[in-house]
Amino acid sequence: MMKASPPLVLALLLAVCFTVATSTQRHALNWSTRAQADSVLKVLLGDGRRMFANHFFTQADVTFHSGYYPSIFDRREKPSTSPMQSGHDDHDDHEAEAGHVHGEHCNHGEDAHEKEMAFLNQPRDWIERFGRHFFVTDHTHLAKGREREILPWLRLSAELDPQRVQTYTVAAFWLRTQLGKVAEAEEFLREGLRANPQSYEILFALGQVRYDHHQDVVRARNLWEVALRYWKEQESGKPEPDLSSLREITLHLARLEEAEGNWRRAIEHLKVAKMVSPQPELLQQQIEELQQKLAESP
Amino acid sequence: MNTVWALSGVVIKELYRRKDFYVLLVLTGLITLAAGSANFFNDAKIVVYLKDLCLLLIWISALVIAVGTAARQIPAEREQRTIFPLLAKPVTRWQVILGKFLGCWLACGLALVVFYAFFVVVTGSREHHWPLLNYFQALWLQWIMLGVVIALVLFGSIIFSAPSANATICIVVVVGILLIGRHLNKVALQQPEPLQTLIYVVYFLIPHLEWYDVRDLIVYDHALISWWHCGLATLYGAVYVLLFLFVAWLAFRRKRLSV
Repeated sequence: MMKASPPLVLALLLAVCFTVATSTQRHALNWSTRAQADSVLKVLLGDGRRMFANHFFTQADVTFHSGYYPSIFDRREKPSTSPMQSGHDDHDDHEAEAGHVHGEHCNHGEDAHEKEMAFLNQPRDWIERFGRHFFVTDHTHLAKGREREILPWLRLSAELDPQRVQTYTVAAFWLRTQLGKVAEAEEFLREGLRANPQSYEILFALGQVRYDHHQDVVRARNLWEVALRYWKEQESGKPEPDLSSLREITLHLARLEEAEGNWRRAIEHLKVAKMVSPQPELLQQQIEELQQKLAESP
Repeated sequence: MNTVWALSGVVIKELYRRKDFYVLLVLTGLITLAAGSANFFNDAKIVVYLKDLCLLLIWISALVIAVGTAARQIPAEREQRTIFPLLAKPVTRWQVILGKFLGCWLACGLALVVFYAFFVVVTGSREHHWPLLNYFQALWLQWIMLGVVIALVLFGSIIFSAPSANATICIVVVVGILLIGRHLNKVALQQPEPLQTLIYVVYFLIPHLEWYDVRDLIVYDHALISWWHCGLATLYGAVYVLLFLFVAWLAFRRKRLSV
């Protein structure tokens, strides 16, 4: 029997490996149902990458609180009212709704957040008491441009799970409002929109960029109207629809139309917002004011 | 004491002759520099993620060096039969234990100084401020923690049959303490008796290594820890070091050395 030369066997094995790798790669791309599984990292981690994406998103919140964050032993659920994720939305929303100026006594949601983050109770024993000298025990938030420190975690989170819409909207909010990086915010939102073409949250955030920073009324209106259409398509049939997004979209559309003098359309949007608002009487008052203006106009 | 220093000198020489330290240092450097070169939204001032990553790598590397070095000291002497001429010098078994511990601990201290020097250069070049006292506290506390780990591993190397088993068990224990040591009392309160008492006893018995992990204070630029508390933590660590060395000596005193 002919004896096979080791280098030849090795070459054969390498050739087989290469062939198998090239034929498997095509299938590997389809292992995940998600269309964006195109990088080695994504193929390797599979759907497990969403877990890492969640971890990095939480890490951004930890960074926002300068390391002061409850562990799984401190509470059963993650803080739901973190200003990194939702406080700004409430703020904008409330401002648009009430039309008031925020003063030093204005602390929407902050009390709830403070209460939620007061997870360090009285120390139970001397070990816990002494141990508190060696970790962060003050509840603070990043400020004065240091909010930039959350961005790497959000970027990583988006890389690992492009379908996590909140990552794009949160990062874009901080980029455009606190760090003055409007172009980067818009670019990131567009990246998010490519991965989530029917996301009403991203469309709404893009509309905010166009309206607040470029004064581009036409595009902002188009974006918000598409956002409203997608909201209706995706949420209206749900048992628990995302009402806060609907309120935000309609309120912003109403403010835009009011500024443009389209009072009839502004009233229509305010009526929708009123149905889902926690302060309907305030919006009713604004509707009446607009109806009066409409009646007085020639 | 000269005997102890001589023994420790051999261990220190072993550290810089072996490749472990260099490999871990290069890996830490490469990963940190690669992460540092990433561009996030065209913002060059972002630094927290880099400090976080670099300190995590330093902690992992230091733990690997400490456990790896300490776990093979006594088993290697026994396997190579060099323990017999060593004890015939004469050197007492307590001196062997103490010398091995001191050597490993000093070697880890040297490694930590190099790692932290790299950390200071990388973060300083980004942040342009140098909180050296904070870095010194972090280094010191980590070194004390490594002392406890080394003493624990030396004790393990006498009672466990193989260095690999000892290293694995010690790493699991140390990582477990670092992750959940602080929360064991909360876990205990949620358990029924007698499990509650049992967990509480474990909580009071284990060395609370998590105290020495002050990475968050460094990463997020918090104020200095009071020196008084650093001193107390040092004393607490020293008590555990002595305790582990003492039980290691007790076990080693009656140990048959032939393989």
